[in-house]
Amino acid sequence: MNSAQRLIKTFLLWELWKGLFLTGRYLFAKKVTVRYPEEKAPQSPRFRGLHALRRYENGEERCIACKLCEAVCPALAITIDVEPRDDGSRRTTRYDIDLSKCIFCGFCEEACPVDSIVETRIFEYHGEKRSDLLMNKVKLLAVGADEEGRIAEDRAVDAKYR
Amino acid sequence: MPEIPLLDLLPSGLQTLTLILLKIIAIVTPLLLCVAYLTYAERRVIGFMQVRMGPNRVGPIGLLQPIADAVKLAFKELIIPAGANRFLFILAPIISLSAALSAWAVVPFGPDRVLADINAGLLYILAMTSMGIYGVIIAGWASNSKYALLGAMRSAAQMVSYEIAMGFALVGVLMAAGSLNLGEIVNAQAGGFGHWFVWPLLPLFVVYFISGVAETNRAPFDVSEGESEIVAGFHVEYSGMSFSVFFMAEYANMILISVLSSVMFLGGWLSPFEGVVSAETLASPLGSLLDSGFHWFVFKVALFLFLYLWFRATFPRYRYDQIMRLGWKVFIPVTLVWILVIGVAIAAGIGPWFD
Repeated sequence: MNSAQRLIKTFLLWELWKGLFLTGRYLFAKKVTVRYPEEKAPQSPRFRGLHALRRYENGEERCIACKLCEAVCPALAITIDVEPRDDGSRRTTRYDIDLSKCIFCGFCEEACPVDSIVETRIFEYHGEKRSDLLMNKVKLLAVGADEEGRIAEDRAVDAKYR
Repeated sequence: MPEIPLLDLLPSGLQTLTLILLKIIAIVTPLLLCVAYLTYAERRVIGFMQVRMGPNRVGPIGLLQPIADAVKLAFKELIIPAGANRFLFILAPIISLSAALSAWAVVPFGPDRVLADINAGLLYILAMTSMGIYGVIIAGWASNSKYALLGAMRSAAQMVSYEIAMGFALVGVLMAAGSLNLGEIVNAQAGGFGHWFVWPLLPLFVVYFISGVAETNRAPFDVSEGESEIVAGFHVEYSGMSFSVFFMAEYANMILISVLSSVMFLGGWLSPFEGVVSAETLASPLGSLLDSGFHWFVFKVALFLFLYLWFRATFPRYRYDQIMRLGWKVFIPVTLVWILVIGVAIAAGIGPWFD
């Protein structure tokens, strides 16, 4: 481009008009914002939200207290105590997850040999005091009982990749 | 003159004073409301240009957001830094805002609808907008902070440089209109779209508006704030109400520049269809919208304000030396040349503007 052309373009603010035209077009573009409480972003079946402990269909709890999740947890958020039950099976007496430590990496779920500890799709929970974020076995089993349908469905969808 | 109850009961000196105060209130209250909603418009428009929603939570489509912001700022603590000069620190935002508001005294909102119809209106405006620089410099110095001082120095140099280009652009308007009175400048543009001063003064118009953007320290000339370089520039140390006063001054200045651009170049309250539409159409209720009036003034000002927001969403910040180059080496020569051209045009009596 010769210098006379460039001079004319400079004085006509050519490049600036091009920029303005671009942003002007985006003024009318469809907005990408998800208006959260009214709209929600789609979730994957592998979504990693609030934890739950599952039971078998006959009501027996799945967890066999192998402590793999406790060992794999990078944030040291899981604490497990074990004692043999009356019938001689190996069960937990304490299964705590400190949600204020948890980083929701999903390693516990991956480590679990019996699909007992899982992460659900629940993410809209909160704690009004600190202890609300300290999950224990009772609370985790309650979440599992509430969400079992959804959890089982998601595992079934994901089964062929595991 | 409108009838105001009980006004006759006051002594005559007080009557004038009351009337002036009422007029001031009638100008400043809508102005501050405009300032509040300009911040909302800015966030919405820039948001839309960035393909997001902008504030839409407070009230229907976020319309109460500026109210919420004002309440928040009003209740925040006013912190005065330990090493600051207390008196000047408080004085600076007051100077900024009073300079920004006082220029409104000579703005004509319609034929004879002006607070102070003085003959040197244009000079008064130049003087008042220059006063705003003191607010910035004093704020930067009194804060006793490196960033604030840097920002103040940058903006002082910038505002002084662009004042010259702005002044020369106004000289062109002055030559074309033959008056410094803003009302008469508008009247000189009567006669429809083609008679406006944008056409003969197009380069001066562009220079004036860009200088106006630089004068108000708005993007892309916002080196005095420069969030990414010097945090917030001259008002880093300000909080709560003192910060919001600076904020109001900035937006009031934006509106002022837009108003002046429309008054001096786009014919203020004049309709673009003057002389085109017949008298019968103007008499009908819908046709009266095409007549000259306050609504055209508002429309033109809104157009310029939108340009401000559009610029901010589009252009990256100028480097400091580029700003100085643009001001001194481009704008001033351009305006000087064009003033010469205008002089020749006036001598030759080229119509429809100079005959």
